[in-house]
Amino acid sequence: MTDITLPKPRSELGEIFHHLIRDPLGLAGLIIVTLIVASALFAPWIAPYDPIALNIPDRLQSPNPAHLMGSDQLGRDTFSRVIWGGRVALQVALPTIAGAIAVGLILGMIAGYGPKWLDSLIVLFFDTVRSFPTVMFALAVVALVGPSLNTVILVIMVTSIPTYGRVVRTLTQSLKEAEFITAEKSLGASTARIMGIHIVPNVLGPLAVLAAMDIPTVVGLEAGLSFLGMGVKPPTPSWGSLLNDGYNLIRNTPWLIVAGGIPLILTTLGFTFLGEALRDVVDPKLRGKGGK
Amino acid sequence: MAVLDIRDLSVSYATPRGALKALRDVTMKVPEGKITGIVGESGCGKSTLISAIIRLMAPNAKVGSGEVRFKGEDLLSRSEAEMRALRGTEISMVFQDPMQTHNPVLTVGRQMIDIQYRDKLSKADKRKRATEMLALVGIPDPQARLNQYPFEFSGGMRQRIAIAMALMAKPSLLIADEPTTALDATLEVQIIKRLRELQDEIGCSILFISHHLGVIAELCDEVVVMYAGEVVESGTVRDVFHNPAHPYTRALLECDPGHIKVRTRNLPTIPGNIPDLVSLPTGCIFADRCDVRYDACGARPVMATASSGHQAACHLIAEKEPA
Repeated sequence: MTDITLPKPRSELGEIFHHLIRDPLGLAGLIIVTLIVASALFAPWIAPYDPIALNIPDRLQSPNPAHLMGSDQLGRDTFSRVIWGGRVALQVALPTIAGAIAVGLILGMIAGYGPKWLDSLIVLFFDTVRSFPTVMFALAVVALVGPSLNTVILVIMVTSIPTYGRVVRTLTQSLKEAEFITAEKSLGASTARIMGIHIVPNVLGPLAVLAAMDIPTVVGLEAGLSFLGMGVKPPTPSWGSLLNDGYNLIRNTPWLIVAGGIPLILTTLGFTFLGEALRDVVDPKLRGKGGK
Repeated sequence: MAVLDIRDLSVSYATPRGALKALRDVTMKVPEGKITGIVGESGCGKSTLISAIIRLMAPNAKVGSGEVRFKGEDLLSRSEAEMRALRGTEISMVFQDPMQTHNPVLTVGRQMIDIQYRDKLSKADKRKRATEMLALVGIPDPQARLNQYPFEFSGGMRQRIAIAMALMAKPSLLIADEPTTALDATLEVQIIKRLRELQDEIGCSILFISHHLGVIAELCDEVVVMYAGEVVESGTVRDVFHNPAHPYTRALLECDPGHIKVRTRNLPTIPGNIPDLVSLPTGCIFADRCDVRYDACGARPVMATASSGHQAACHLIAEKEPA
C-alpha cells in the first residue's frame, strides 16, 4: 500500500485567501485594494514631489512626464497629492471602521443576547443615530468643534456603529436559538465562552463583508466633507479637497477633477469586488462551490 | 444507588392562556450503570424533563415543586455557576439533530479542544484526547478528521462526534434526547450498538429519551412511560413490554408497527388527543382515551405496584395490589 500524503491543513485565513484569489472578481478586488493600501503606506517614497510644496511657475499644467497628472493652481503635483490623499482616506477609513465594528459588535451582541429591556435601549440608540442624515450630522458637529481629521473620524464612526450593530444583533438573536449553542451550554460553556468562541466567529464573516463594502462609503464621506471644507484642513491633500479645487477650476483644466475622481472610483470598485468575493468565501460551506 | 432520583417534579410554562402544566409530580430514577429509557408521544413532557434536569429551561418555565437529586444532591437548589460546573463533566447531553449540534464555522478539532477548557492540559494533549475520543466512537482516521468542519461529515458521523464530545469528561450521567430520531434505520442500529459499548466501557448511566419503542426495547434496562406530563408506568424493559400494566402502555405497544402481525391497510392509533395541559381534567389523565375506564377513574390514581420494581398509575392495578 502506498502512503497517501494529505495536503497540509491551511489555517482559516490561509483557506480564505486561497479561495479568494481563485475568484476573478476577488483577485481584481484584492489587487486594487493592495495597490491603494501600498501607495498610501509608501506615499513618501512613491510620490515624486512634496504634496504641499508650492511651485507657482509650474501651475495648472496638463499631464506631462514631469507631472504625471498635471498640477494645480498652486503648482503642486497632482499625482503626489492623489497618493498622499489616499493616505488621508485610509487614515480616516480604517480607524473609523475598526472602531465602529468593535463597538457595533459589543453592543449588537449585548442587544441580541441580553434581556429585552437592554435590547430595546440599544436599538433605540441605533435608530436615533440612524435617523440623522450623516452629512447633516457631520456638518453640525464640525460647526460645533471645528474641522479636523479626528472630528471626521469620530463622526463617521458614530454614524457607522448602527450598521454593524444591527447586523450583529440579528445574527446573535438567531444564533442564540441554534441547537449547537444549547449543546455547548449542556457541556458547561459559560455565557462569555458562548459569546466569544461560538457567536463571534459566526458573526465575523458577515461583518468582514460588510466592512469591505463600507470602506468606500466612509472614504466617500470623508471626501464629501473635505469637498465641503468640513474635513481635513488645507493644505493637507485629500481626494475631496482635490475634487473641490477641480470643481472651482474646471474651466481652466479638467485634469484636477479627473485626478480626484479616479481614486474614489477605484476604491469603491476594489473594496466592493473584495467584499462580494469575501461573502462567498467566508462561509466554509459555500467555499469551492460553483466550479471555481 | 440511583445516580438520578427525581421526586414529585412539577414544571409549568407561563402562556397567554394560563399556566401550562407540562410536568406533574414526576417521580423516576436512573439506577447507576444502567440505561433508562423514557418513552412517550410528542408533547408528553420528555424534553421539559431533560431541560429541568440540566436546568436549561425556557425563560417562561417554572419549577413548581419537587426535587432532582443527582448523586443524592438536589440540583434545583444549586446556583447557576455550580450547575455549569456539573454540565459536561458529570452530566452531559446528546441532542436530537446531529446536523445542528456543532458550530458550523469551527473545525471539529477546535470544538473538541475547546470543551476541555476545564482541564489544565497542553493543547497537544487536548488534541490527543480529542483524537482518542473520535477513535473510540468509531470515526476512521481521527487525526486528519479533526481538521474538518462539521459539514464535511455525514449525519451519523456527526452524531458520533456529538457523543464523543459528551463523553469526553467521562460523565456519570449521559442524557440522550432522541439521538437516533434524525437518522435512518441502519445508522440508528449502529449508534445504539455504539452507545451500549461505550456505556460498558465508561460505566456511566444513560437516560435515553425516545418515542421509538423498538429502540428502547433494544437498548434500555429500565423504562419509564410518560403520558401528558405524568409518569404512568415504570419498570424493567421486560416487565413493561411483556406485561404492560397501564392501559396507555398497552395501547402504545399495540400501535407499534413492529408488534403488528397481521397485514392491515390502516395502522392502529389511540383514539382521541392529549388533554389540554392548561385546563387539566380532574381524575385520571388518560381516562378520556382509556378503553377500560370505570367509576374510580374520576379520582387521580397513584403509583401502584404491579410486581416487584414494576409500577403503574392505574386504579385497576391499585385494586389488585397486594395490601
